[in-house]
Amino acid sequence: MGGVRVLVGTRKGAFVLCSDGKRKDWSVAGPYFPGWEIYHLKASPVDPDRIYASQSSGWFGQLIQRSDDGGASWQPVGNEFAYKGVPGTHQFYDGSPHPWEFARVWHLEPSLDDPDTVLAGVEDAALFRSCDGGKTWEELAGLREHSSGSSWQPGAGGMCLHTIVLDPSNPQRIFVAISAAGVFRSDDDGETWRPVNKGLRSGAIPDEDAEVGHCVHHLARHPSHPEVLFMQKHWDVMRTDDAGESWTEVSGDLPTDFGFAIDVHAHEPETVYVVPIKSDSEHFPLDGKLRVYRSRTGGNEWEPLTRGLPEANCYVNVLRDAMAVDSLDECGVYFGTTGGQVYVSPDAGDSWAPIVRDLPSVLSVEVQTLP
Amino acid sequence: MIRVVLPGQLRELAHVGKEIELDVKGEVTRRSVLDALEVAYPVLKGTIRDTRTQQRRAFVRFFACEADYTHTSADEPLPAAVATGEEPFFIVGAMAGG
Repeated sequence: MGGVRVLVGTRKGAFVLCSDGKRKDWSVAGPYFPGWEIYHLKASPVDPDRIYASQSSGWFGQLIQRSDDGGASWQPVGNEFAYKGVPGTHQFYDGSPHPWEFARVWHLEPSLDDPDTVLAGVEDAALFRSCDGGKTWEELAGLREHSSGSSWQPGAGGMCLHTIVLDPSNPQRIFVAISAAGVFRSDDDGETWRPVNKGLRSGAIPDEDAEVGHCVHHLARHPSHPEVLFMQKHWDVMRTDDAGESWTEVSGDLPTDFGFAIDVHAHEPETVYVVPIKSDSEHFPLDGKLRVYRSRTGGNEWEPLTRGLPEANCYVNVLRDAMAVDSLDECGVYFGTTGGQVYVSPDAGDSWAPIVRDLPSVLSVEVQTLP
Repeated sequence: MIRVVLPGQLRELAHVGKEIELDVKGEVTRRSVLDALEVAYPVLKGTIRDTRTQQRRAFVRFFACEADYTHTSADEPLPAAVATGEEPFFIVGAMAGG
Protein backbone atom coordinates (compact mmCIF):
# COMPACT_ATOMS: atom_id res chain seq x y z
CA MET A 1 0.00 0.00 0.00
CA GLY A 2 1.46 3.34 -1.02
CA GLY A 3 0.91 6.75 0.46
CA VAL A 4 -0.22 10.15 -0.67
CA ARG A 5 1.19 13.65 -0.53
CA VAL A 6 -1.29 16.48 -0.88
CA LEU A 7 0.09 19.82 -2.07
CA VAL A 8 -2.06 22.72 -0.91
CA GLY A 9 -1.68 26.28 -2.15
CA THR A 10 -3.35 29.00 -0.08
CA ARG A 11 -3.65 32.76 0.06
CA LYS A 12 -0.94 32.86 2.72
CA GLY A 13 1.44 30.01 2.05
CA ALA A 14 1.76 26.36 1.03
CA PHE A 15 1.13 23.22 3.03
CA VAL A 16 2.07 19.59 2.45
CA LEU A 17 -0.23 16.94 3.90
CA CYS A 18 0.94 13.32 4.00
CA SER A 19 -0.69 10.02 4.85
CA ASP A 20 -0.39 6.33 4.20
CA GLY A 21 -2.76 4.45 1.94
CA LYS A 22 -5.52 4.43 4.53
CA ARG A 23 -5.70 8.22 4.33
CA LYS A 24 -6.92 8.47 7.89
CA ASP A 25 -3.99 9.86 9.87
CA TRP A 26 -2.21 12.87 8.43
CA SER A 27 0.90 14.90 8.99
CA VAL A 28 0.77 18.59 8.14
CA ALA A 29 3.89 20.52 7.12
CA GLY A 30 4.00 24.25 6.50
CA PRO A 31 3.31 26.99 6.01
CA TYR A 32 5.97 27.22 3.34
CA PHE A 33 6.44 30.74 1.94
CA PRO A 34 4.26 32.23 4.71
CA GLY A 35 2.44 35.38 3.74
CA TRP A 36 2.71 34.75 0.00
CA GLU A 37 -0.08 33.65 -2.29
CA ILE A 38 0.61 30.15 -3.55
CA TYR A 39 -1.66 29.78 -6.53
CA HIS A 40 -0.47 26.30 -7.43
CA LEU A 41 2.00 23.54 -6.67
CA LYS A 42 2.47 20.48 -8.82
CA ALA A 43 4.95 17.64 -8.94
CA SER A 44 6.60 16.03 -11.92
CA PRO A 45 4.88 12.75 -12.78
CA VAL A 46 8.26 11.19 -13.60
CA ASP A 47 10.16 12.49 -10.55
CA PRO A 48 7.85 12.73 -7.55
CA ASP A 49 10.47 14.59 -5.53
CA ARG A 50 10.48 17.43 -8.08
CA ILE A 51 7.76 19.93 -7.17
CA TYR A 52 7.15 23.35 -8.65
CA ALA A 53 5.32 26.13 -6.80
CA SER A 54 3.98 29.47 -7.94
CA GLN A 55 4.67 32.06 -5.24
CA SER A 56 3.31 35.55 -5.73
CA SER A 57 2.42 38.72 -3.91
CA GLY A 58 0.67 41.92 -4.84
CA TRP A 59 3.61 43.71 -3.26
CA PHE A 60 6.65 41.78 -4.44
CA GLY A 61 5.62 40.03 -7.65
CA GLN A 62 6.12 36.49 -8.88
CA LEU A 63 8.61 33.80 -7.99
CA ILE A 64 8.79 30.16 -8.95
CA GLN A 65 10.02 27.82 -6.24
CA ARG A 66 11.34 24.33 -6.87
CA SER A 67 11.82 21.43 -4.52
CA ASP A 68 13.97 18.45 -5.40
CA ASP A 69 13.25 16.54 -2.20
CA GLY A 70 9.51 16.19 -2.12
CA GLY A 71 8.81 19.55 -0.53
CA ALA A 72 11.23 19.34 2.40
CA SER A 73 13.32 22.20 1.04
CA TRP A 74 12.80 24.78 -1.69
CA GLN A 75 14.88 27.04 -3.87
CA PRO A 76 13.67 30.02 -5.86
CA VAL A 77 14.35 29.58 -9.56
CA GLY A 78 13.26 31.92 -12.36
CA ASN A 79 10.91 34.85 -12.10
CA GLU A 80 11.23 36.48 -15.52
CA PHE A 81 8.04 36.12 -17.52
CA ALA A 82 8.44 38.43 -20.51
CA TYR A 83 5.87 38.40 -23.28
CA LYS A 84 7.45 38.00 -26.70
CA GLY A 85 7.58 41.10 -28.87
CA VAL A 86 5.12 43.94 -28.36
CA PRO A 87 2.20 42.27 -26.62
CA GLY A 88 -0.57 44.59 -27.83
CA THR A 89 -3.93 44.79 -26.15
CA HIS A 90 -6.88 42.67 -25.06
CA GLN A 91 -10.30 43.87 -23.93
CA PHE A 92 -10.66 45.25 -20.44
CA TYR A 93 -13.81 44.69 -18.35
CA ASP A 94 -15.42 47.78 -19.88
CA GLY A 95 -14.64 46.62 -23.41
CA SER A 96 -11.81 49.09 -23.96
CA PRO A 97 -8.39 47.96 -25.22
CA HIS A 98 -5.99 47.18 -22.39
CA PRO A 99 -2.28 46.39 -22.66
CA TRP A 100 -1.19 42.87 -21.83
CA GLU A 101 0.40 42.98 -18.37
CA PHE A 102 1.94 40.05 -16.52
CA ALA A 103 0.37 39.60 -13.08
CA ARG A 104 1.05 36.08 -11.80
CA VAL A 105 1.34 32.38 -12.57
CA TRP A 106 -1.95 30.60 -11.98
CA HIS A 107 -1.05 27.06 -12.95
CA LEU A 108 2.07 24.96 -13.39
CA GLU A 109 1.95 21.80 -15.47
CA PRO A 110 5.08 19.65 -15.40
CA SER A 111 5.88 17.61 -18.50
CA LEU A 112 4.72 14.00 -18.58
CA ASP A 113 8.22 12.76 -19.39
CA ASP A 114 10.87 15.34 -18.42
CA PRO A 115 11.14 16.72 -14.87
CA ASP A 116 12.98 19.83 -16.09
CA THR A 117 10.21 20.84 -18.48
CA VAL A 118 7.18 22.64 -17.11
CA LEU A 119 4.45 24.86 -18.54
CA ALA A 120 3.09 27.92 -16.77
CA GLY A 121 -0.30 29.48 -17.38
CA VAL A 122 -0.27 33.14 -16.47
CA GLU A 123 -2.39 36.27 -16.06
CA ASP A 124 -2.71 38.19 -18.38
CA ALA A 125 -3.40 35.07 -20.36
CA ALA A 126 -0.38 33.45 -21.94
CA LEU A 127 1.54 30.21 -21.83
CA PHE A 128 5.22 29.96 -20.90
CA ARG A 129 7.57 26.98 -20.91
CA SER A 130 10.76 26.25 -19.02
CA CYS A 131 13.08 23.47 -20.13
CA ASP A 132 15.67 24.00 -17.39
CA GLY A 133 13.78 23.27 -14.22
CA GLY A 134 12.11 26.66 -13.95
CA LYS A 135 15.24 28.82 -14.24
CA THR A 136 14.26 30.49 -17.51
CA TRP A 137 10.88 30.88 -19.16
CA GLU A 138 9.94 31.40 -22.79
CA GLU A 139 6.51 32.35 -23.99
CA LEU A 140 4.72 30.09 -26.47
CA ALA A 141 3.49 33.24 -28.14
CA GLY A 142 1.37 31.58 -30.81
CA LEU A 143 -1.43 31.38 -28.29
CA ARG A 144 -1.53 35.02 -27.24
CA GLU A 145 -0.98 36.05 -30.85
CA HIS A 146 -4.04 34.11 -32.02
CA SER A 147 -6.20 36.35 -34.17
CA SER A 148 -8.86 36.44 -31.46
CA GLY A 149 -6.42 37.61 -28.74
CA SER A 150 -7.37 41.27 -28.91
CA SER A 151 -10.98 40.30 -28.11
CA TRP A 152 -10.23 38.26 -25.00
CA GLN A 153 -11.50 39.79 -21.79
CA PRO A 154 -10.95 39.06 -18.11
CA GLY A 155 -13.26 37.04 -15.94
CA ALA A 156 -13.91 38.18 -12.39
CA GLY A 157 -10.57 36.76 -11.23
CA GLY A 158 -8.55 38.39 -13.99
CA MET A 159 -7.66 37.33 -17.51
CA CYS A 160 -5.95 34.15 -16.57
CA LEU A 161 -4.76 31.01 -18.28
CA HIS A 162 -5.70 28.69 -15.45
CA THR A 163 -5.87 25.19 -16.91
CA ILE A 164 -3.34 23.17 -18.90
CA VAL A 165 -4.12 19.62 -20.00
CA LEU A 166 -1.48 17.43 -21.62
CA ASP A 167 -2.26 14.39 -23.72
CA PRO A 168 -0.38 11.24 -22.66
CA SER A 169 -1.06 9.64 -26.02
CA ASN A 170 0.08 12.61 -28.11
CA PRO A 171 3.00 14.72 -26.87
CA GLN A 172 2.25 17.37 -29.50
CA ARG A 173 -1.21 18.11 -28.11
CA ILE A 174 -1.93 20.68 -25.39
CA PHE A 175 -5.26 22.08 -24.20
CA VAL A 176 -5.47 25.32 -22.26
CA ALA A 177 -8.43 27.21 -20.83
CA ILE A 178 -8.63 30.95 -20.39
CA SER A 179 -11.14 33.07 -18.51
CA ALA A 180 -12.88 34.53 -20.34
CA ALA A 181 -11.83 33.36 -23.79
CA GLY A 182 -12.42 29.62 -23.73
CA VAL A 183 -10.52 26.47 -24.63
CA PHE A 184 -7.65 26.43 -27.11
CA ARG A 185 -5.84 23.41 -28.51
CA SER A 186 -2.41 23.02 -30.01
CA ASP A 187 -1.43 19.97 -32.03
CA ASP A 188 2.14 21.07 -32.61
CA ASP A 189 3.58 21.32 -29.10
CA GLY A 190 2.34 24.84 -28.49
CA GLU A 191 3.44 26.55 -31.68
CA THR A 192 -0.03 27.24 -33.11
CA TRP A 193 -3.45 27.21 -31.51
CA ARG A 194 -7.10 27.21 -32.38
CA PRO A 195 -10.18 27.70 -30.25
CA VAL A 196 -12.22 24.54 -29.61
CA ASN A 197 -15.43 25.86 -28.11
CA LYS A 198 -18.13 24.64 -30.47
CA GLY A 199 -21.21 23.75 -28.45
CA LEU A 200 -20.55 26.16 -25.60
CA ARG A 201 -23.32 28.68 -24.97
CA SER A 202 -22.84 31.62 -22.62
CA GLY A 203 -25.60 34.08 -21.92
CA ALA A 204 -23.27 36.83 -20.76
CA ILE A 205 -21.65 37.46 -24.14
CA PRO A 206 -23.22 39.20 -27.13
CA ASP A 207 -23.16 36.11 -29.37
CA GLU A 208 -23.90 33.31 -26.95
CA ASP A 209 -22.34 30.56 -29.06
CA ALA A 210 -19.38 32.61 -30.30
CA GLU A 211 -16.14 30.82 -31.12
CA VAL A 212 -14.29 32.75 -28.38
CA GLY A 213 -15.38 34.59 -25.23
CA HIS A 214 -16.60 31.83 -22.90
CA CYS A 215 -15.68 31.78 -19.25
CA VAL A 216 -14.41 28.23 -18.94
CA HIS A 217 -13.62 27.52 -15.30
CA HIS A 218 -11.79 24.21 -15.47
CA LEU A 219 -11.12 21.07 -17.53
CA ALA A 220 -10.48 17.49 -16.48
CA ARG A 221 -9.81 14.27 -18.30
CA HIS A 222 -8.92 10.65 -17.68
CA PRO A 223 -5.50 9.65 -19.05
CA SER A 224 -6.86 6.55 -20.77
CA HIS A 225 -9.47 8.61 -22.67
CA PRO A 226 -7.54 11.66 -23.85
CA GLU A 227 -10.19 12.60 -26.43
CA VAL A 228 -12.77 12.98 -23.67
CA LEU A 229 -12.68 16.13 -21.59
CA PHE A 230 -15.07 17.39 -18.97
CA MET A 231 -15.57 21.08 -18.36
CA GLN A 232 -16.99 23.17 -15.58
CA LYS A 233 -17.98 26.37 -17.33
CA HIS A 234 -19.12 29.53 -15.57
CA TRP A 235 -22.56 28.00 -15.92
CA ASP A 236 -22.94 24.48 -17.40
CA VAL A 237 -21.01 21.25 -17.07
CA MET A 238 -19.91 20.09 -20.51
CA ARG A 239 -18.13 17.17 -22.15
CA THR A 240 -16.41 16.54 -25.43
CA ASP A 241 -15.70 13.14 -26.93
CA ASP A 242 -13.64 14.44 -29.81
CA ALA A 243 -10.89 16.50 -28.19
CA GLY A 244 -12.89 19.70 -28.15
CA GLU A 245 -14.25 19.65 -31.70
CA SER A 246 -17.74 19.69 -30.20
CA TRP A 247 -19.11 20.01 -26.68
CA THR A 248 -22.41 18.87 -25.22
CA GLU A 249 -23.97 19.88 -21.96
CA VAL A 250 -24.10 17.19 -19.26
CA SER A 251 -25.37 19.29 -16.34
CA GLY A 252 -28.41 17.00 -16.25
CA ASP A 253 -30.03 16.89 -12.83
CA LEU A 254 -27.48 19.01 -10.95
CA PRO A 255 -29.22 21.44 -8.60
CA THR A 256 -27.11 24.27 -10.05
CA ASP A 257 -24.59 23.98 -12.83
CA PHE A 258 -22.43 26.90 -11.76
CA GLY A 259 -19.12 25.95 -10.16
CA PHE A 260 -15.39 25.94 -10.50
CA ALA A 261 -13.84 22.55 -9.72
CA ILE A 262 -14.22 19.34 -11.73
CA ASP A 263 -12.26 16.10 -11.75
CA VAL A 264 -12.39 12.52 -12.98
CA HIS A 265 -12.01 9.29 -10.98
CA ALA A 266 -8.55 7.77 -11.38
CA HIS A 267 -9.82 4.36 -12.54
CA GLU A 268 -13.30 5.05 -13.91
CA PRO A 269 -13.16 7.40 -16.89
CA GLU A 270 -16.91 8.06 -16.78
CA THR A 271 -17.01 8.95 -13.08
CA VAL A 272 -16.89 12.71 -12.67
CA TYR A 273 -16.98 15.02 -9.64
CA VAL A 274 -18.16 18.62 -9.37
CA VAL A 275 -18.99 20.96 -6.51
CA PRO A 276 -22.13 22.91 -7.44
CA ILE A 277 -22.05 26.55 -6.35
CA LYS A 278 -25.20 28.61 -6.11
CA SER A 279 -24.47 31.29 -8.70
CA ASP A 280 -21.95 33.68 -10.16
CA SER A 281 -22.88 36.29 -7.56
CA GLU A 282 -23.34 33.93 -4.61
CA HIS A 283 -20.14 31.93 -4.52
CA PHE A 284 -21.22 29.37 -1.95
CA PRO A 285 -23.08 26.05 -1.90
CA LEU A 286 -26.86 25.88 -2.19
CA ASP A 287 -28.72 26.15 1.11
CA GLY A 288 -25.48 26.19 3.12
CA LYS A 289 -24.89 22.48 2.37
CA LEU A 290 -21.46 21.60 1.04
CA ARG A 291 -22.00 18.74 -1.39
CA VAL A 292 -19.86 17.08 -3.99
CA TYR A 293 -21.86 15.64 -6.87
CA ARG A 294 -20.73 12.49 -8.62
CA SER A 295 -21.80 11.14 -11.96
CA ARG A 296 -20.95 7.56 -12.81
CA THR A 297 -22.38 7.97 -16.29
CA GLY A 298 -20.09 10.64 -17.69
CA GLY A 299 -22.56 13.37 -16.78
CA ASN A 300 -26.30 14.07 -16.84
CA GLU A 301 -27.11 11.79 -13.89
CA TRP A 302 -25.60 13.11 -10.68
CA GLU A 303 -25.78 12.00 -7.06
CA PRO A 304 -25.06 14.20 -4.03
CA LEU A 305 -22.24 13.04 -1.79
CA THR A 306 -22.88 14.30 1.71
CA ARG A 307 -21.50 11.91 4.32
CA GLY A 308 -18.97 13.82 6.42
CA LEU A 309 -19.52 17.17 4.72
CA PRO A 310 -21.20 20.17 6.40
CA GLU A 311 -24.95 19.99 5.93
CA ALA A 312 -25.77 23.42 7.34
CA ASN A 313 -24.40 26.94 7.56
CA CYS A 314 -21.57 26.33 5.12
CA TYR A 315 -20.81 29.26 2.83
CA VAL A 316 -17.38 28.53 1.42
CA ASN A 317 -16.32 28.21 -2.19
CA VAL A 318 -14.21 25.54 -3.89
CA LEU A 319 -11.94 27.13 -6.48
CA ARG A 320 -11.07 25.71 -9.88
CA ASP A 321 -7.72 24.12 -9.06
CA ALA A 322 -8.74 22.98 -5.60
CA MET A 323 -9.90 19.43 -6.39
CA ALA A 324 -7.76 16.39 -7.13
CA VAL A 325 -7.78 12.61 -7.10
CA ASP A 326 -5.17 10.06 -6.10
CA SER A 327 -4.62 6.79 -7.93
CA LEU A 328 -4.58 4.30 -5.09
CA ASP A 329 -6.67 1.17 -5.66
CA GLU A 330 -9.63 2.83 -4.02
CA CYS A 331 -9.52 6.26 -5.59
CA GLY A 332 -9.22 9.13 -3.12
CA VAL A 333 -10.85 12.46 -3.85
CA TYR A 334 -9.71 15.74 -2.29
CA PHE A 335 -10.83 19.32 -2.30
CA GLY A 336 -10.00 22.52 -0.46
CA THR A 337 -12.27 25.42 0.40
CA THR A 338 -11.98 29.16 0.70
CA GLY A 339 -12.70 28.58 4.39
CA GLY A 340 -9.40 26.74 4.79
CA GLN A 341 -10.66 23.17 5.01
CA VAL A 342 -9.14 20.34 2.99
CA TYR A 343 -11.39 17.30 2.76
CA VAL A 344 -10.50 13.77 1.74
CA SER A 345 -12.68 10.92 0.65
CA PRO A 346 -10.71 7.66 0.70
CA ASP A 347 -13.63 5.81 -0.90
CA ALA A 348 -14.23 7.64 -4.17
CA GLY A 349 -16.62 10.15 -2.63
CA ASP A 350 -18.84 7.94 -0.49
CA SER A 351 -17.60 9.49 2.75
CA TRP A 352 -15.54 12.54 3.60
CA ALA A 353 -13.41 13.82 6.46
CA PRO A 354 -11.46 17.01 6.96
CA ILE A 355 -7.68 16.62 6.87
CA VAL A 356 -7.29 20.18 8.15
CA ARG A 357 -9.95 22.74 9.03
CA ASP A 358 -8.27 26.07 9.54
CA LEU A 359 -5.76 26.82 6.80
CA PRO A 360 -5.81 30.13 4.94
CA SER A 361 -8.20 30.25 2.00
CA VAL A 362 -7.30 27.34 -0.28
CA LEU A 363 -6.40 28.17 -3.88
CA SER A 364 -5.25 24.79 -5.14
CA VAL A 365 -5.00 21.11 -4.23
CA GLU A 366 -2.88 18.53 -6.00
CA VAL A 367 -2.22 14.95 -4.93
CA GLN A 368 0.74 12.70 -5.46
CA THR A 369 0.32 8.96 -5.14
CA LEU A 370 3.58 7.61 -3.78
CA PRO A 371 4.93 4.07 -4.04
CA MET B 1 28.34 50.28 5.16
CA ILE B 2 24.76 51.08 4.25
CA ARG B 3 22.09 49.66 6.52
CA VAL B 4 18.94 48.39 4.84
CA VAL B 5 15.76 47.19 6.52
CA LEU B 6 13.71 44.76 4.43
CA PRO B 7 10.03 43.84 4.82
CA GLY B 8 9.35 40.48 6.43
CA GLN B 9 8.47 38.59 3.29
CA LEU B 10 11.69 39.62 1.57
CA ARG B 11 13.75 38.82 4.65
CA GLU B 12 12.38 35.32 4.58
CA LEU B 13 13.07 35.02 0.86
CA ALA B 14 16.67 36.20 1.25
CA HIS B 15 17.20 34.31 4.52
CA VAL B 16 18.36 37.42 6.36
CA GLY B 17 17.47 39.23 9.54
CA LYS B 18 15.60 42.49 9.87
CA GLU B 19 18.56 44.64 8.94
CA ILE B 20 21.36 43.95 6.49
CA GLU B 21 24.52 45.83 5.61
CA LEU B 22 25.62 46.61 2.08
CA ASP B 23 28.83 47.93 0.62
CA VAL B 24 27.68 50.55 -1.88
CA LYS B 25 30.24 51.89 -4.30
CA GLY B 26 30.13 55.55 -5.28
CA GLU B 27 27.29 57.90 -4.53
CA VAL B 28 24.60 56.49 -2.28
CA THR B 29 21.34 56.75 -4.18
CA ARG B 30 18.23 54.61 -4.27
CA ARG B 31 19.46 53.03 -7.48
CA SER B 32 22.94 52.26 -6.15
CA VAL B 33 21.52 50.79 -2.95
CA LEU B 34 19.10 48.56 -4.87
CA ASP B 35 21.84 47.56 -7.33
CA ALA B 36 24.06 46.48 -4.43
CA LEU B 37 21.17 44.73 -2.75
CA GLU B 38 20.39 42.67 -5.86
CA VAL B 39 24.05 41.74 -6.32
CA ALA B 40 24.30 40.57 -2.72
CA TYR B 41 20.91 38.81 -2.80
CA PRO B 42 20.01 37.82 -6.38
CA VAL B 43 16.76 36.23 -5.19
CA LEU B 44 15.43 39.75 -4.62
CA LYS B 45 15.75 40.67 -8.30
CA GLY B 46 12.30 41.49 -9.55
CA THR B 47 10.70 41.72 -6.12
CA ILE B 48 11.34 45.43 -5.50
CA ARG B 49 11.59 46.74 -9.05
CA ASP B 50 10.89 45.30 -12.46
CA THR B 51 13.94 43.54 -13.84
CA ARG B 52 13.57 45.07 -17.30
CA THR B 53 12.16 48.53 -16.75
CA GLN B 54 13.71 49.02 -13.28
CA GLN B 55 10.39 50.57 -12.26
CA ARG B 56 9.47 50.28 -8.62
CA ARG B 57 6.73 47.78 -7.87
CA ALA B 58 3.58 49.72 -7.17
CA PHE B 59 3.23 48.64 -3.54
CA VAL B 60 6.85 49.09 -2.50
CA ARG B 61 7.84 52.24 -0.61
CA PHE B 62 11.23 53.69 0.39
CA PHE B 63 11.69 55.60 3.63
CA ALA B 64 14.73 57.07 5.37
CA CYS B 65 15.29 59.57 8.16
CA GLU B 66 11.55 59.88 8.67
CA ALA B 67 11.02 60.99 5.07
CA ASP B 68 9.49 59.31 2.03
CA TYR B 69 11.88 58.70 -0.88
CA THR B 70 9.42 56.61 -2.89
CA HIS B 71 8.76 59.20 -5.54
CA THR B 72 12.09 60.96 -5.70
CA SER B 73 14.52 60.33 -8.54
CA ALA B 74 16.34 56.99 -8.28
CA ASP B 75 19.59 58.85 -8.80
CA GLU B 76 19.05 61.51 -6.15
CA PRO B 77 21.58 61.19 -3.31
CA LEU B 78 20.06 59.72 -0.15
CA PRO B 79 20.57 61.61 3.15
CA ALA B 80 24.08 61.75 4.56
CA ALA B 81 22.93 59.80 7.61
CA VAL B 82 22.04 56.88 5.33
CA ALA B 83 25.33 57.16 3.44
CA THR B 84 27.31 57.04 6.68
CA GLY B 85 25.31 54.16 8.10
CA GLU B 86 23.96 56.25 10.93
CA GLU B 87 20.38 55.70 9.76
CA PRO B 88 18.94 52.73 7.85
CA PHE B 89 17.22 52.81 4.46
CA PHE B 90 13.79 51.24 4.79
CA ILE B 91 12.19 49.15 2.01
CA VAL B 92 8.57 48.82 2.98
CA GLY B 93 5.52 47.01 1.67
CA ALA B 94 2.79 49.63 1.34
CA MET B 95 -0.12 49.52 3.76
CA ALA B 96 -2.61 48.05 1.36
CA GLY B 97 -4.43 45.41 3.34
CA GLY B 98 -3.37 41.83 3.48
